[in-house]
Amino acid sequence: MLAKRIIPCLDCDLGVPFGRVVKGVRFKQIRYAGIPWELAQEYDKQGADELIFLDITASHERRETMSKVIEKTSENVFMPLTVGGGIRSLKDARTAFNAGADKVSVNTAAIKNPDLLNEISKYFGAQACVIAIDAKRRYERKTGQEMVDTPQGECWFECSLYGGREFTGIDAIQWAMEAEERGAGDIMLTSMDRDGTKDGYDIELTSAISNSVNIPVIASGGCGNLEHILEVFKKTNVSAALAASIFHFGEYTVSEVKEYLKKNGVHVRL
Amino acid sequence: MIAIIDYGMGNLRSIYNALMKVNGDPVIVSDSAKLSGADAVVIPGVGSFGDGMNNLKPFADELFDVINDGIPMLGICIGMHVLFDWGEESNCAGFGLIKGDVIRLPQGVRVPQMGWNELRIRCDSDLLSGINDGDFFYFVHSYYCVPANKHTITATTDYGVDLAAVVEKDNIHAVQFHPEKSSSKGLIILKNFVGMARC
Repeated sequence: MLAKRIIPCLDCDLGVPFGRVVKGVRFKQIRYAGIPWELAQEYDKQGADELIFLDITASHERRETMSKVIEKTSENVFMPLTVGGGIRSLKDARTAFNAGADKVSVNTAAIKNPDLLNEISKYFGAQACVIAIDAKRRYERKTGQEMVDTPQGECWFECSLYGGREFTGIDAIQWAMEAEERGAGDIMLTSMDRDGTKDGYDIELTSAISNSVNIPVIASGGCGNLEHILEVFKKTNVSAALAASIFHFGEYTVSEVKEYLKKNGVHVRL
Repeated sequence: MIAIIDYGMGNLRSIYNALMKVNGDPVIVSDSAKLSGADAVVIPGVGSFGDGMNNLKPFADELFDVINDGIPMLGICIGMHVLFDWGEESNCAGFGLIKGDVIRLPQGVRVPQMGWNELRIRCDSDLLSGINDGDFFYFVHSYYCVPANKHTITATTDYGVDLAAVVEKDNIHAVQFHPEKSSSKGLIILKNFVGMARC
């Protein structure tokens, strides 16, 4: 049986020579968690199923640093590596693959130019094409949007860009279905309401998207403890859960998370 | 020298790095003539069956020579699929080195299968030495191989159907999962393959 995946996410500040993994706490103070490839090796030892490197600086001159990070990581870490943040073109994607990435995740560029998904999928395969969706709840009714019942009231989910700094009016459920149609092989779904809060994943959002598509969905945003990860696997049919700060600052190891999940009936690789 | 065939299908760096890690001596080969000196050959790959076949055509003659000479060969994912007779994905003929077809994953499961799944070992093989029944490997695929001769299947995995995860026939070895992405267990398989090259 296919195991549920646990994916540590490394937010990388590439403004220093070898990059560093950072984590914003409630969007403000930045804490430094370490050197990307060193953390990657540590997570490999702990039994992480995949790693995602997000370039939070996302400027062109820093693309080379990301390549270096991936090259160095892929010499010693043999698991799937995804690069995201600032992938704007097929050329950016190719640079990431040449460095040793297995997948690229795109958000803003795909919303602005949806054909980019078709192109990445065609040239590198659906398995290499991750659509990142950053969604925020909207409680005001709007025609044409998919309304979803939640304990907080009926809402729809709006796609946002640039890490939640810009909104698009695009319905996240409809966009997820379109992205699948265009050849995306994985959806990395982040709740902008929960990201950085440690209040737990947005179960209604995760469920709504996961039930609308036939490709794997990765739940992201809000993980603060072991129970949150168990909850998202018990209440939705997502394929994977992503977390950052609970791993970076030593609150839990990946193996602790997996042992807890296994004890509670979730099929994981141990 | 272990030749990794570069036929424009995806990331060769990981398989190269993984073979280095287990003390193999990988060389990425994009010129078919270079296959003749190889002690072992790897056909890596992600992508579609049709593109894979098209891009591999220039290697066909040398590939058949390698196999006839008994040199160990490892096909990974698409590199496994193209060894069969026919692929549903592009409705296209494969090399026919192993009898059987490559068909789409069944209804009712998410496609692609993406993630770690357990290996069910059907029979012992040198390639699987040191691997235990139930060990996890990383799979990414939408199609799977159905060998005509079930005895060539040395391990399976369960994803809506009990599918062939490892198929072996004489010096031809083929794996549906990505050993180069399967952490320490994947490296064991590659180490076993490197061992065959030195025999």
